Amino acid sequence: MARKKNRMSQEVNAGSMADIAFLLLIFFLVTTTIASDKGILNVLPPKLDPNNPPPEIDKNERNIFTILINANDDLLVEGEYRDNANGLDEDIKAFVLNFGRPDEEASALFNTLPASLQALSARDQDSSDHPGEAVVSIKTNRGTSYEKYLEIFDLAKKAYFDIYAARVNLDTDEYRALTGKDEAEEALIDKGKEGIPMAISIAEPDKIGS
Amino acid sequence: MAKFKKKTKTSENIPTSALPDIIFMLLFFFMVTTVLREQEILVEQKIPQATQLQKLQKKTLISYIYIGKPKNTALYGSEPRVQANDALLNSADIVQWVNQERDLLPESERGMITISMKVDKDVKMGPISDVQTELREADARRVLYASVGKVVKN
Repeated sequence: MARKKNRMSQEVNAGSMADIAFLLLIFFLVTTTIASDKGILNVLPPKLDPNNPPPEIDKNERNIFTILINANDDLLVEGEYRDNANGLDEDIKAFVLNFGRPDEEASALFNTLPASLQALSARDQDSSDHPGEAVVSIKTNRGTSYEKYLEIFDLAKKAYFDIYAARVNLDTDEYRALTGKDEAEEALIDKGKEGIPMAISIAEPDKIGS
Repeated sequence: MAKFKKKTKTSENIPTSALPDIIFMLLFFFMVTTVLREQEILVEQKIPQATQLQKLQKKTLISYIYIGKPKNTALYGSEPRVQANDALLNSADIVQWVNQERDLLPESERGMITISMKVDKDVKMGPISDVQTELREADARRVLYASVGKVVKN
């Protein structure tokens, strides 16, 4: 009797196990969407308080880099028409680092910049005084496509990140990847930003022609 | 012929008994990383591309808002709509929704709430600016324009 029992094979055939696992694997491979929480960070201005209107700011026209985007996604950059955004980031960089009329503080800042950034300074009297004063203003129309707006906003951010990264001797991608999770990273971020605030102003879109 | 016989002595089959284990490891990796979507997206979502992407350190601070043309145009019309959680919102309800989301966070982090705006490519700036006005009203001023990386050709 005992012999009969032993004759039955006691092993489960595991040869097709790999196939079953493969099937499951392929199912999960196909259904997985790796959640990405990446994006472009923007901080909106505080809400308007009717009792406490924002102070009037007198800013010289030369300190504002105006980008207008109309409902046809055409660009008007500093009064000039453009049909694409190529090279806009370089223009913004040159604008921010113009140092047309630097005050004492700005001159000191200029001396701390690496040579590659100093070379961008044209000292044009009709462009920004110094980075602390420079503002990039983006104004859209209600009919402007979101895609175009994001492209321009992206380029403006790129200009600033390029400057910051060059100051701390990093690649732009490396600088952007800094999250400030320890003190060394935070120090790097601050060193890049010091004296050059990221001044990108998003104007309320106008309603005409949408 | 005798010369070649020697060669055949080496075992020719690769041991495949560890293969299921390897596959299972991969399987578990994907099972763990998979996030099954708990909410149905009611609006179209073709996320635009950008280059200057940043990652946020704390994911718990992020609340998602979806803007796009409704998938079911017969029911919701063809104008872009705003979705939060699993329902479409009117712009007047956004402030309330933000406050609800903020109440879910620990008190010390409420000021840092970040709204991730997942906006379809084809939406115009009008509806987006309306939403942003509401977010300013709700004092949730940190906004993340969700986008996917663009391959830059140099």
